[in-house]
Amino acid sequence: MPSMSLFLSQLFNGLATGLLLALISTGLTIIYGTLGVINFAHGALFVVGGYAGYTVYSLTDSFVLAVAGGAAVALAAGLVMERGLMRKYYSRPPEDQILVTFGISIILVEIVRGIYGGVSLSVTPPEWGMGIAHIGSLIYPLYRLQTLGIAAASLLLLYFVLYRTSLGLIVRAGIEDSQMVDALGINIKRTFLLVFGLGAMAAGFAGVINSPIVALTPDMGFRYLVESFVVVVIGGVGSFPGAIVGGIIAGEILSLTAMINPQYSDVMLFVAMALVLIFRPQGLMGQEGRE
Amino acid sequence: MDDKKTLGKAMKARVQRRSVLKAGAAGVAGGMLLPGAARVAMAEDKKPLGAWPAGSDGDSVFVGLTVDLTGPYSAQGAEQQRGYELAAEQINAGAPQVQKISPLLKKGILGKTLKLGIADAETKPNTGVQAATRFIHDNKAMMIAGSTSSAVAIALQKVCTREHTPYFTAISGSNETTGVDCQRYGFRVGYYAYMACKAIAPVVAKELGKDRKAAYLTPDYTYGHTTTESMTEFTEKEGWKTVTNQVHPLGAKDYSSYLINIANTDADVLVCVAYGADAVNAIKQAKQFGLLDKMKVVVPYSSAFVEKELGADMMEGALLAQGFWWTMQDDNPIAKDFVDAYDKKFGGKPRDSALYAYLALVLWADAVERAGSLYPVDVVKALESGEARDTPVGKLTFRPEDHQANCNFPILRGKKKADMKNPDDYYEVVEIVNGTDVLPPLGLLGCKLGDYV
Repeated sequence: MPSMSLFLSQLFNGLATGLLLALISTGLTIIYGTLGVINFAHGALFVVGGYAGYTVYSLTDSFVLAVAGGAAVALAAGLVMERGLMRKYYSRPPEDQILVTFGISIILVEIVRGIYGGVSLSVTPPEWGMGIAHIGSLIYPLYRLQTLGIAAASLLLLYFVLYRTSLGLIVRAGIEDSQMVDALGINIKRTFLLVFGLGAMAAGFAGVINSPIVALTPDMGFRYLVESFVVVVIGGVGSFPGAIVGGIIAGEILSLTAMINPQYSDVMLFVAMALVLIFRPQGLMGQEGRE
Repeated sequence: MDDKKTLGKAMKARVQRRSVLKAGAAGVAGGMLLPGAARVAMAEDKKPLGAWPAGSDGDSVFVGLTVDLTGPYSAQGAEQQRGYELAAEQINAGAPQVQKISPLLKKGILGKTLKLGIADAETKPNTGVQAATRFIHDNKAMMIAGSTSSAVAIALQKVCTREHTPYFTAISGSNETTGVDCQRYGFRVGYYAYMACKAIAPVVAKELGKDRKAAYLTPDYTYGHTTTESMTEFTEKEGWKTVTNQVHPLGAKDYSSYLINIANTDADVLVCVAYGADAVNAIKQAKQFGLLDKMKVVVPYSSAFVEKELGADMMEGALLAQGFWWTMQDDNPIAKDFVDAYDKKFGGKPRDSALYAYLALVLWADAVERAGSLYPVDVVKALESGEARDTPVGKLTFRPEDHQANCNFPILRGKKKADMKNPDDYYEVVEIVNGTDVLPPLGLLGCKLGDYV
């Protein structure tokens, strides 16, 4: 039987990991929740952000600039993607959207590999994130504690932008009936562009925030893409609060299963997803009937 | 013994076929009494096998390489590609460096130019198998090589045996590759889990003490499980205790929950079986969780570039085994040739991935020259003949019973950053292990090679 202190440690770790997962999956949620596009390039944009952040960080030695730079490059990539291709795909079937975003993800990852090579790169945490925190008997990296705060703050901010401003309102109205929104004199195309860019930027932002924790490799995005899907499916496809709930549930499943038998932690994640799909296909916080 | 059996079988097949198809049983039986006539008949009797004879007809020979250019082992895949390219260049030029390994090599292979085809196996067995099948069927490949994941290597040697095409691993750490999953047409060029663990266990016991408690991080597939099995077996013989084994999926990014589990035990040694990017992530995060302050790191089967990816600070004092380390050139002129040629062509020092790739092509070319033909059965038998060749990792032979290379490899210790003499000077060599001392006894790992045809 695991001890109480181990249980509490893993419970806490599940929360921290979960919020990070929620942050990583926000880009996916934003784009799906508003535009209805399943963005398979989400993981690749995460990678692009991480690597761009690495470059800015090594040039300027400032982690804050690295975060801004990584997010900006991902935003630019997202805008180009939307203007160049995605715009033509909003009215096409989801399979086409999946194929085109999957293709873009391969191109992005190979560009990253071409520039940086396959040997992994290491990003050290910023100076204020170095060190170890002692929480009771748990020893926890300081930077991971800080990501807990960073993730919570960014999720809150995004929630307000998307749900408590007119931008969010326009976007959501545009999805329901873009012709009507157009007729009201609102440039819906530009709004869609903005939202797609925002989703890409969120992915890039998460990529930089996550980079001091892992080793950067061009392929790392795929694993995060899969985890993001699980988070989004559990929480409710397209639901922003759902992504947070889904993230925390996924984090706890990974952490608590690993406490009992690490070999099963991945399996349990997918079992949870399957259960949600069987008993509540729209996800825990998703609305029924919303396409 | 084997030869006789096969000859007998071939004769029998011949008799059966000819007796129906040709002049009649009596005539053939008569012919069999004359050794000369029998030999001619044997040569005619080489039925097409794999891409032979189509692949051996022209003035070039095609070799298909399945390297992991993407996936968690992509750094190793890229390094292997460099090794293959260097070998092909030297073989085609008849360079003096390869002639020191194989005096039989002139320009090319049997006078034919060696051509390489490269495919990305993506660290996935089915992608590797598809690539190999394409190489053999479409490009008439006479040999397939390349692997980092043992799951890929085992799948490849199975398909290559079905296709009667010699296959060489590059990196494959699992005991099963030349154990229960060994194949007649599969050859492992380098060291692997059993050898590495048997060699490193006494070293770590001497360096770190006999009463250590070990925590394992094990990737969840054949390589991980067999390595952890061998390592626990050999370290427990030295008096170590195994406290916990954290099994993680291949390609995992977040090791926090495994590390918290380990921190919750009284383990004082972290045995990192994770390989490639997984090892980098695991050790980097172990450092962040403060584990490296109280635990020693042991990597029984270490991947190329881990030291570069993690940096000297994190690898300082770590004990590990690797297939090759470039400072072995100090007492081996053939290793020096290889290191120099690599440095000249690519810049930097080669790692074991490049060496094993390089050796696979050179040793295969040597076997083809010895066989005097590209006929797959002859090439396999030439490789099985036990001929020793001088290589950067000492005298190398393949064991005919399981196709495992008998070669040397180093045990290394991570240097302090201040002690590094150049940017690649990460390790000091603690010991160079003699392969003969650490190979498992024949049959221990359950290898049964199949038929030639």
